[in-house]
Amino acid sequence: MNRALENVVPVLTILAGLVVAWYVAAVLLNAPFQRDLDRRAGETPGTMEFIGKTLSQPKPTMPAPHQVAQNFFENTFLRKVTSNRSLVYNAWVTLSSTLLGFAFGTALGILIAVGVVHLTALDRSLMPWIIASQTIPILAIAPMVIVVFAAIGITGLIPKSLISTYLSFFPVAVGMVKGLRSPEIMHLDLMHTYNASSSQVFWKLRVPASVPYLFASMKVAVAASLVGAIVAELPTGAVAGIGAKLLSASYYSQTIDMWSALVAGSIVAALLVTVVGIAGRMVERSMGARPA
Amino acid sequence: MRWFTLSWQAVAAIMLCVLAGFLGPMTQAESDALANPTATFAYPFLNSKSLIFDLILGAAAVSMLRIPRLAAAAALAIGAHVAAWMLLTGIAGFEGTALASYYIILAAAWLLAWRCVTVLSTFKPASRVASVALRLVIPLIFGIWILIIWEAIVRGAGIPFILLPPPSVIGVTIANSIPTLAADVNQTIFKSVVAGYVIGCGCGFLTAILADRVSFLRRGLLPIGNMVSALPIIGVAPIMVMWFGFDWQSKAAVVAIMTFFPMLVNTVAGLAEAGHMERDLMRTYASNYTQTLIKLRLPAAAPFIFNALKINSTLALIGAIVAEFFGTPTVGMGFRISTAVGRMDIDMVWAEIAVAALVGSVFYGLIALAERAATFWHPSVRGG
Repeated sequence: MNRALENVVPVLTILAGLVVAWYVAAVLLNAPFQRDLDRRAGETPGTMEFIGKTLSQPKPTMPAPHQVAQNFFENTFLRKVTSNRSLVYNAWVTLSSTLLGFAFGTALGILIAVGVVHLTALDRSLMPWIIASQTIPILAIAPMVIVVFAAIGITGLIPKSLISTYLSFFPVAVGMVKGLRSPEIMHLDLMHTYNASSSQVFWKLRVPASVPYLFASMKVAVAASLVGAIVAELPTGAVAGIGAKLLSASYYSQTIDMWSALVAGSIVAALLVTVVGIAGRMVERSMGARPA
Repeated sequence: MRWFTLSWQAVAAIMLCVLAGFLGPMTQAESDALANPTATFAYPFLNSKSLIFDLILGAAAVSMLRIPRLAAAAALAIGAHVAAWMLLTGIAGFEGTALASYYIILAAAWLLAWRCVTVLSTFKPASRVASVALRLVIPLIFGIWILIIWEAIVRGAGIPFILLPPPSVIGVTIANSIPTLAADVNQTIFKSVVAGYVIGCGCGFLTAILADRVSFLRRGLLPIGNMVSALPIIGVAPIMVMWFGFDWQSKAAVVAIMTFFPMLVNTVAGLAEAGHMERDLMRTYASNYTQTLIKLRLPAAAPFIFNALKINSTLALIGAIVAEFFGTPTVGMGFRISTAVGRMDIDMVWAEIAVAALVGSVFYGLIALAERAATFWHPSVRGG
């Protein structure tokens, strides 16, 4: 209990500090515009009234936390789920391409890792390019990928999820290579004395040893996959999704909508990472791992 | 003692050559010419077809003889790449006419290149220079073959260049638009990325030192930092553009935010790396906090800090380019990409991508070199 308190108190303090800083920033950033408005209206409000006004502008430079919270609540719980202004609907659109891309990416990453571990030629020739592949700002070419696919008649979910695939295969491939190589020489020698074939070594030693690495890298991959899905929606004029919502809000300077879309994206990210973490723990427990 | 050793790639290459010879014409033009022998018109591979076959068959056969491995690798490399070069130059101008045997020959050449890489990766050269060269050559062959297959398929299948331009066209575009590309790199890299990277990494580093000093701050910041690194921070780009305007300052702000948290988390983890023994030793020397930090704990944290710098080098580039989608002055890599896509000027988009990949690799490489120089004592660098 005491331990838990010791860990929670600092986090809460810092979060509270952030909220306070947010309010101060909101007042400071919105003040010039509000002063301008008041001057034109010929009003001279008192300090408290002025601060209250800066925190309730319809299109503030920096929306206050309660405005974002209110907008988020309205668009999440009060709207029908099918409405295209509903954050739940938009989050679902983004989530579906995230998950598809994540599934492709994980499969591709595992495939590459298995190849790299078993073929020396692949290890020597492919690994440097896998690292170089991530220096390409794929997010920057996301629009073009989508335009090209649209030109050959593939639209909708698949092009978007390919961006997610590209971002998520890398952590999985790197983590799995490490994981499949993690068995110690002692264990490999033991398998050798059992006269195990290389497929037996793979299934009975390498795969179980790599599971913790797989889930650790899947956590990174699922977050990257969400970023890919959001950015893939940005420049293509996608009609729905968190990225599309960000873009349209930025066109019409609806800052509050923008922030609540960001909050929605962050919640989806946190949920995805948590789900992968829980799945990992369950798999490890069912495989007989002792809780650390 | 046998005078040859079989390898499946070489055998398969020979079989593919036989199959291609059996199937006959390599392009539609050639098949038309054969159907109408009285007419004389040019078709691809008119003179070079038999030479391509000879090269592949010869290289495959030579590679299986019991000769030094270096000679086998050289024969394979020459056979595969000269054949591929002739395939590519032959098909140019006859796009979209390739028949099955064209692709079969391409596959045969590719198998030889694969065999070449396999032979090369069995080498364990004694000299340092040779091993570095080998480490460069093997991935280089792989990269070249990605380009060869890309070019051969785009030209062979006649994919419209507006959808996917072949590498040669992209290369020409790069060569023709160097001033534009240089201006974009200057705006995006030297203004936005460098400023944001320095600010973000610097602040992350200083915050980490502060968090290390004040344990309350550390326990509060670390869980938040870990969570934030999973968030789609790139989404703040439109907000930053709204705050800091269209020029590079807003992009630098995005980059700074993106690079802050990886640096913070990694540096805090690295500062915990110095062992108790070493810290006790420092205490027996009566060294104060600053001395311990500079002489023991920061050097011990260096691998972690460099890891963060490497992660951030990629993030910074992505952040700056994506932020430019939300508004820029009329220069910058992200701006150029989004307008070129709008005009269906796909060559230019690929040229920007190639430049971005090159700059990203150089950036990463520079940090890796600095890491080797700064952490020369670390086991992963010493190789011990």
